Amino acid sequence: MELSLATRVVATHTVLEVGGEVDVYTAPKLRERIAELLDSGVTGVVVDLAKVEFMDSTGLGVLVGGLRKARAAGATFGVVCARESLLKIFRITALDQVLPLYPSVDAATAS
Amino acid sequence: MATVRLEFTPEPAHVRTARLVGVAVARRAGVPDDQLDEVRLAIGEACARAVARHQRVGLRDVVAVAFSDGDRYLVQVWDRAGDDAPIADEEQITVDVSASLLQAIVKDLQVRPLDDGPGTEVQMAWPIRRASRLGR
Repeated sequence: MELSLATRVVATHTVLEVGGEVDVYTAPKLRERIAELLDSGVTGVVVDLAKVEFMDSTGLGVLVGGLRKARAAGATFGVVCARESLLKIFRITALDQVLPLYPSVDAATAS
Repeated sequence: MATVRLEFTPEPAHVRTARLVGVAVARRAGVPDDQLDEVRLAIGEACARAVARHQRVGLRDVVAVAFSDGDRYLVQVWDRAGDDAPIADEEQITVDVSASLLQAIVKDLQVRPLDDGPGTEVQMAWPIRRASRLGR
């Protein structure tokens, strides 16, 4: 399945809904979209991975890059992920200690 | 032992194809269903690594992959790139994360330089649950 990207606004956060496969081929599109949002001046980005079926190290690298860019821009950055297969790769790589992970959009936008 | 071989130009778009083929062969070889997600991820990481190594030095030679079943499911990925290309700072994150993932999810993993010139071979193996059905 190809990558799908959609945005919606929840309170002061822009939620980026990601679907499909985030891999070495599709991750650059996600990187570009996150950069566009932050360049446009949003105050907070929440990347919702609920519809993501597969993610590799390139996708993880894009999320870490998004966090860095958000911090540099003075914006908040969070990742919504409840799928165990994805949480496992966050834990393996210790990125669960780096990226702000939330179980739901509600939890992410309440912070 | 039966083997499926795949060669592809070093483009990220083809990594997904390698994943799909690799998981299909793994399933047929008898890799347990609960390990197929890890097989898919590992094949993708190894192939993406090879593509990145080729692209880093501007090498258009094909990346080669072999999926074999025998007493275990064996995946070999060969690249032909030298090791002297610099890695951009942002890309280094992905390189490090990829290495961590491969080491964590593949118990039987070897990465070694090729004997006959520049390049590396990534070899990964998984146990199979039953006698191979590949090629029957």
